[in-house]
Amino acid sequence: MTIIVNTIGLVIIGLIIWWFWLSKPRLYSAKKEDFIEISVKDGVYQPAYIQVERNHPITLRFTRSDASPCAEFVIFNSLNVSQQLPVNQPIDIKLKVEKSGEYEFTCQMGMYRGKLIVKS
Amino acid sequence: MNNHSMQEKASYRFAITGATCASCVTKIENKIKALPGVLNANMNFADRTLAVTTESTLSPELITETIKQLGYNGILIPDSEQGEEIKKIAELHYFQSLKYKTIVATVIGLPLFILTMLNIVPTLQTMMGFWINLFLGLATLGVLIYSGGHFFVGGWKVFRAHSANMDTLIALGTGIAWLYSMIAILFTHYLPAMAQHVYFEASVVIIALVNLGALLELRARRHTSQAIQRLMRLQPKTARVIRNNKEVDEPIITLQVGDLIRVRPGEQIPVDGIIVEGSSSIDESMLTGEPLARQKQIDDSVFGGTLNKNGSFIFKANHVGKETVLAQIIKLVQQAQNSKPALARLADQISAIFVPTVLIIAVLTALIWFNIGVDPRAAYMLVTAMAVLVVACPCALGLAVPISVMVGIGKGAEYGILIRHADALQQACELTTIVLDKTGTITQGQPQVTDIYPAAHSDAKELITLAASLETGSEHPLAEAIIKSSKIQGFSLLNVTHFEALTGLGVNGIINGHRILLGNRKLMKNYDIALDAWEKQSEELAAQAKTPIYVASDQSILGIIAIADPIKLDSKKAIEDLHAMGLKVIMITGDHSATAHAIASQVGIQDVLAEVSPQDKSVKIAELQAKGEKVGMVGDGINDAPALALAEVGFAMGGGTDVAMESGDITLMRNSLRGVVDAIEISQQTIKNMKQNLFGAFIYNILGIPIAAGILFPFIGLLLNPMLAGLAMALSSVTVVTNANRLRFFKPLGESK
Repeated sequence: MTIIVNTIGLVIIGLIIWWFWLSKPRLYSAKKEDFIEISVKDGVYQPAYIQVERNHPITLRFTRSDASPCAEFVIFNSLNVSQQLPVNQPIDIKLKVEKSGEYEFTCQMGMYRGKLIVKS
Repeated sequence: MNNHSMQEKASYRFAITGATCASCVTKIENKIKALPGVLNANMNFADRTLAVTTESTLSPELITETIKQLGYNGILIPDSEQGEEIKKIAELHYFQSLKYKTIVATVIGLPLFILTMLNIVPTLQTMMGFWINLFLGLATLGVLIYSGGHFFVGGWKVFRAHSANMDTLIALGTGIAWLYSMIAILFTHYLPAMAQHVYFEASVVIIALVNLGALLELRARRHTSQAIQRLMRLQPKTARVIRNNKEVDEPIITLQVGDLIRVRPGEQIPVDGIIVEGSSSIDESMLTGEPLARQKQIDDSVFGGTLNKNGSFIFKANHVGKETVLAQIIKLVQQAQNSKPALARLADQISAIFVPTVLIIAVLTALIWFNIGVDPRAAYMLVTAMAVLVVACPCALGLAVPISVMVGIGKGAEYGILIRHADALQQACELTTIVLDKTGTITQGQPQVTDIYPAAHSDAKELITLAASLETGSEHPLAEAIIKSSKIQGFSLLNVTHFEALTGLGVNGIINGHRILLGNRKLMKNYDIALDAWEKQSEELAAQAKTPIYVASDQSILGIIAIADPIKLDSKKAIEDLHAMGLKVIMITGDHSATAHAIASQVGIQDVLAEVSPQDKSVKIAELQAKGEKVGMVGDGINDAPALALAEVGFAMGGGTDVAMESGDITLMRNSLRGVVDAIEISQQTIKNMKQNLFGAFIYNILGIPIAAGILFPFIGLLLNPMLAGLAMALSSVTVVTNANRLRFFKPLGESK
């Protein structure tokens, strides 16, 4: 019994580490696309991982359907972009990133999280 | 009239989602065009919008419906006013639904809690107990679904995105408690006697408390954006426009540059412009923080959102819509309110890994209780793991910095201080030296005639009239001062012939047959005019930082006009306050050393950097920085932009000019050094508030989680009841918001407002 319970516990810990930190969600590639629709709902940006090319102009259309105040803003901190998202009103953010790298976008409190991956 | 045609037609814009290929465009366009009552439909694939013109009888819902039938989604894009309305309704709706959820959870949770406390629910061993508990379990499930459903849905969605948040913790905490209780009911005999217990009341009470916390937080949050809402409300809805010599009220969105607009006493000015008729005193405190109303006349600028006090005037619009100073301030403040200072990065990094870490701690807690805990082990495992999950508060951590920034930057805007990004807040607190540009910062930046010394055979009127007549053709800033002085006193100018400008010396010309000379000492020497006692007089003036200008007719001196750039009334006090804050204050100027020191001593500055050309100002800043000083540079943003950019914090003082709003980290709308003092104070208060919040959130979690895990149990037998954990968690984020709201009541020292 002792061994079984402890093993289950350790397996759960392992799964937590694997699921939240090691494995990554599917990348949404916008190599050809220059227009991406992102829904803001139930605590997640969908899609949350977006890959674009350097110097390629893209439009991100955020549509927020979560009325909780957590979702009210989307902030690209390192790009110095912040945008209020009124409920049920699509908001376009136009970006053209010159430097390749990973740019996080989050809500004000950092509970909604997404990443813009800029490839050279 | 316009109205007539507007009644027949209506136009809408829709945001289309789900359209991925260009072929969708024609499909949508054609289908919409085919609708009866639609006059035109045009889809822009680049920004996925559909513009539709219809007869006014057609409801836009029909179009949304049609788009949906095609398999896409069309959302009506509201204009800004409707947008505000929609936002308010959505927020109210959210608040109401959360309120009902809280009420239901409370109504069921409270009796359940009392029953459990009084220990009157029959035990699971009895048949009666089985059925009663099963009923309670199903009731609890109902509450979890209705009142707590959003935690479960959110938690699941986030989980699928390989992420976790507060929803995850609450859903797991309450869900596990419910599952364990159901197992205890259905498989009572497989559990040790002491572990045969249900925890339904905990699940329900936790849901009620966390929802209550969210409600309180929502209410407290309304105040945090008060500053920006106040700015948004400043603009009136209509303006009185003069069209074809008639005054008509028109909605503000139809205004165009060049429109003539009438403003009556007590009305708010709709847009920016220049007065063309009439005069008034105008209260600009809402934009600049300057409490005194300003007298304005023809050719003066007026700004949208400011209040006309007593006069009536007509002005010509020069900025409308998003171009007005008010609109730019709103945009700037909104942008800045969502930026994060360096201080927030740690909190961000931690909150990114926070929830999974808490999950691991919860599992470890259960394992530790299982291995070395006391009986009933299963019950302790559940209670402690549940308490850990529920007590952990990622919200407080994530909210700590942004909420203070929001309130602090809003506070700045209230005093006409536009802090452009949150880093400036932090840096303004760390400054050691303030470098003040002299012209336009300490002084008014507009030279004025301060003294007139006529010779015995002349008088002040003659001096000014001759000087102004001569200078009419000149563009020298000193000339402007003389001309202004003559204008104010209503002197009429004389005819000048043979005008000649002598670079670096002055001007001369013939007036009424006499050669009139106007200029400096050197000019007089060149013409061999005896200076006599005037030389001593001019030295005295120079010592007071005034520029003496000689006026001579033929070979004799008519007198001296003294011109100076007067020091602003509140400069001295502001500099005293900066000194009192422990800052080193340095004046920087292109003036000669003697003049510079004269001004500096009048305002109490010891350190002067004189004879610095505009392009060398940034070099001086760099030199100070090399000595380890953190420099705040205050200037007008026009010729000192590089210095402002180089300094740790650049304060641009410009009274609403575009240039000032573009350069600098902090823009002072009010043309006063007071703003620098206020800006530093507001920054200090905001950063202090932010640190309190961060400290509070960290300490709360650092202490709360181990206590919930039962670390105190071996020593004093203390375990955290999961319901208390829920209460603590609900209160922690409310506390953070409330603490940030305290900033709203902060008033900078020395402000009479």
